[in-house]
Amino acid sequence: MTTAKIKFGRRSFIKSSVLAGGGLMLSFNWFSSFNAQGSEVADLPKEWFKINGYLKIGENGEVTIMSPNPEIGQNVKTSMPMIVAEELDVDWKHVLVEQAPLDTAIFNRQLAGGSDSIKQSWPGLRMAGASARKMLMEAAAKKWNVPVKEITTELGILYHKKSGKKAGYGEVASAAAQIPVPKEVELKELKDFKIIGTSRKNVDGYKIVTGQPLFGLDYKKDGMLIAMIVHPPAFGMKLKSFDATEAKVKPGIKDIFRIKTFNDDYKPQWCDTTSFTELVAIVGNSTWEVMSAREYIKVEWEPFADYKIAMAGWGGDQLVSVPAGQESTTDHHAKMVAAAAKPGKIERRDGNPEEAFKNAAKIIERTYTAPFLAHTPMEPMNFFADVTEDNAVLVGPVQSPEFMEKTLSARLGLPLEKIDIQMTRMGGGFGRRLYGHFMVEAALISKKVKAPVKLIYFREDEITFGIYRPAYHALYRAALDANNNLIGFHVKMGGIPENALHANRFPAGAFDNYLAESWSVESNISVGAMRAPASNFNAVAEQSFLDEVAEAIGKDPIQFRLDLLKRAKENPVGEKNDYDASRYAGVLELVREKSGWDKNSTGKNRGVAAYFCHSSYVANVVDITVDNGTPVIQKVYAAVDCGIVVNPDAAINMTEGGIVDGIGQAMYGQLTFRNGKPNQDNFDSYRLIRHAEAPKEIEVHFVKNEINPTGLGEPPYPPVMGALANALFKATGTRYRHQPFIKNSFD
Amino acid sequence: MAIFKLKINRKDYQVDVDPSTPMLWVLRDHLNLVGTKFGCGIAQCGACTIHVDGEAVRSCITFISEVGNKEITTIEGLSENGDHPLQQAWIEHDVPQCGYCQSGQIMTAAALLKKNPHPTDQEIEEAMNGNLCRCGTYIRIKKAIKTATHSV
Repeated sequence: MTTAKIKFGRRSFIKSSVLAGGGLMLSFNWFSSFNAQGSEVADLPKEWFKINGYLKIGENGEVTIMSPNPEIGQNVKTSMPMIVAEELDVDWKHVLVEQAPLDTAIFNRQLAGGSDSIKQSWPGLRMAGASARKMLMEAAAKKWNVPVKEITTELGILYHKKSGKKAGYGEVASAAAQIPVPKEVELKELKDFKIIGTSRKNVDGYKIVTGQPLFGLDYKKDGMLIAMIVHPPAFGMKLKSFDATEAKVKPGIKDIFRIKTFNDDYKPQWCDTTSFTELVAIVGNSTWEVMSAREYIKVEWEPFADYKIAMAGWGGDQLVSVPAGQESTTDHHAKMVAAAAKPGKIERRDGNPEEAFKNAAKIIERTYTAPFLAHTPMEPMNFFADVTEDNAVLVGPVQSPEFMEKTLSARLGLPLEKIDIQMTRMGGGFGRRLYGHFMVEAALISKKVKAPVKLIYFREDEITFGIYRPAYHALYRAALDANNNLIGFHVKMGGIPENALHANRFPAGAFDNYLAESWSVESNISVGAMRAPASNFNAVAEQSFLDEVAEAIGKDPIQFRLDLLKRAKENPVGEKNDYDASRYAGVLELVREKSGWDKNSTGKNRGVAAYFCHSSYVANVVDITVDNGTPVIQKVYAAVDCGIVVNPDAAINMTEGGIVDGIGQAMYGQLTFRNGKPNQDNFDSYRLIRHAEAPKEIEVHFVKNEINPTGLGEPPYPPVMGALANALFKATGTRYRHQPFIKNSFD
Repeated sequence: MAIFKLKINRKDYQVDVDPSTPMLWVLRDHLNLVGTKFGCGIAQCGACTIHVDGEAVRSCITFISEVGNKEITTIEGLSENGDHPLQQAWIEHDVPQCGYCQSGQIMTAAALLKKNPHPTDQEIEEAMNGNLCRCGTYIRIKKAIKTATHSV
């Protein structure tokens, strides 16, 4: 046991009195919670006793744990309660889980992003469970009139071994709810974990496979109307006028009107990125009626002039330039080539790279590119809003509710306390749902029609709306001396409208002479974070280039990387090296071992890559064959270092998912533009990886250590793309440097 | 608008909608059966898959006027207690990540196994290829289908 002072002493741990019936209030009952196992209905208690903001205990010992963070498919809805349950010391089979609403007084960082939920909440979740356990122990001690240090617990039962007394948590829950929040708690040692480190099934699994309402799109309320929006068909355009005469008289239509997402004097936050702020909204009784009538709205668009917008960004205010024009992919290519030929902004310079390249016996130079991508989570954008003059209730899928609450407060003129945000399960996000413009739109529409409204984006609305992954370009150069030793390294990364450079990531630190430059080209095509931002290109370009260098100097690709990491560890260049060379080497060594790299590579087309991002390290080996000219991914090995693994099978699922996503995006993902208009607007033109194209087999191994857990939402996604490119070279003799690797016939 | 009588999950329903309304929206908006999901509207993602007389169809492009008195099965009616071998296998293999595509995946798989109780890997891939999973659970889906073949 480790003693820890409670640092999160806010209302999280304030006890409250006996609650009958519904316990922690969720003001809607469309989604009712019941037993995760499903087929037997939970043995629901008659009364719930709220011990703290995270958990309540019934008189029969059942425990409800609130899952604080938005659930996007990363399964924190299972793993976060597992951590609470561990320190509470209950049997997982007696745990029910409920999604917590946004409540900034009780919970910290209710955000799905950065692969950081477990890492940031690890101490707080443990303390929530441990403090509740201590309150139960104190209640038992009082009840039995014995010192609390003689009380022990095991799996939901309190013991006083000396006297042989015992009681289930349920028997003392009511009394425990009256105990003051302890100042210090005892946390378990890792070796005593019974839940963390064991595989537990997805708490929503039964509901998912039986089609129960879970997602924002499923949410309903009596009197709810359906709304859709019309946005410009091309970037660089804005709303001029519209004629709703014909559409307004279509069956089921209530109203059609203009909305403006933000007031002119509003300074947008980072999460307020949006492409089109003046939209036509249409409201009616049902989805199909609204969809059908929408086609009859006659809208006129016009080009807009250059403008600048001041945004409150992550690192302080930024002035974002939005140029006029209707851009095409051909223009983008030309601009990138021109920009790449000019000197960039120097982001890092070690030693004398110019001299090194001047004196080089040989220079290897390569260019890599990747296109704009759309996030396309399976559940399209949607949100429910019920807004009156005095308050607003919003329900739906969002990754950044705390930030969006501030936006809504400003736009609606309501204080934060009058805004209630409930998070539904999300049908994916990948970063797209960080940008909650659709919440503001839904709220404005509800306020205008004075009724609850569900705003729905059809797939075409969403794919053509923007907030994309940027288009990227990278130039890599390696300088070699006459003996094939690396004497200099140069990376120059650019993009539209942002570049992917991480100047302090590996291999910075491994080269005496190192130069990292960046550039960007302005665009009116909006971009936002997509799963492992910047890393999702950086990794591919860098890991492909390292492979090409290894090949040029005749070194094994894994040994080549390990040698560089050894240098970075023992004698690093510079001080700001943003990675742990030992852990990086660790995943490469593990994947080398598990893939049989040294012994079993004969006859196989194998590629390797490793990358560190969002606090975790992942290495991959990809084995491919070519059948009738088509690459087939036979097997992918993954070696992962994410510290303590909370839910092993779920962690494997996340790793598999990142691998499939990475392969799919690198092979097929592409957005192109002609005169400002995206050429792709649905899955017949925007290609996603399918069953037959997924790897036949994935094998995942975790490095065992006692480092506090870090995330897996993003880390397994970037490196596999580099390993794939390297495997494709082995299989075909061609280097794949420009994504998508499989060209679509669509322009 | 017209009145339509429907047989869904062995129950009788009646709705008053435009004949061009796709079954997807009849189910979701008018009958509160939201297990069948909307993903694309053009039969490219499979999230909307239901059975009509046991055949898998994409309900986003199946108009209510085409269905007549055929037996419709949705995910909610695939089994009484969520105990169809596929549903059980899905839980055994802890398949879902976000879960949004899974109703459609299960319905397509159920129709496959009805026709072909012991499909090869390639037959599974071909049958399932119309169902997108953005989270990448394809390998687990295949494993779950193969597990279910032992009980079908």
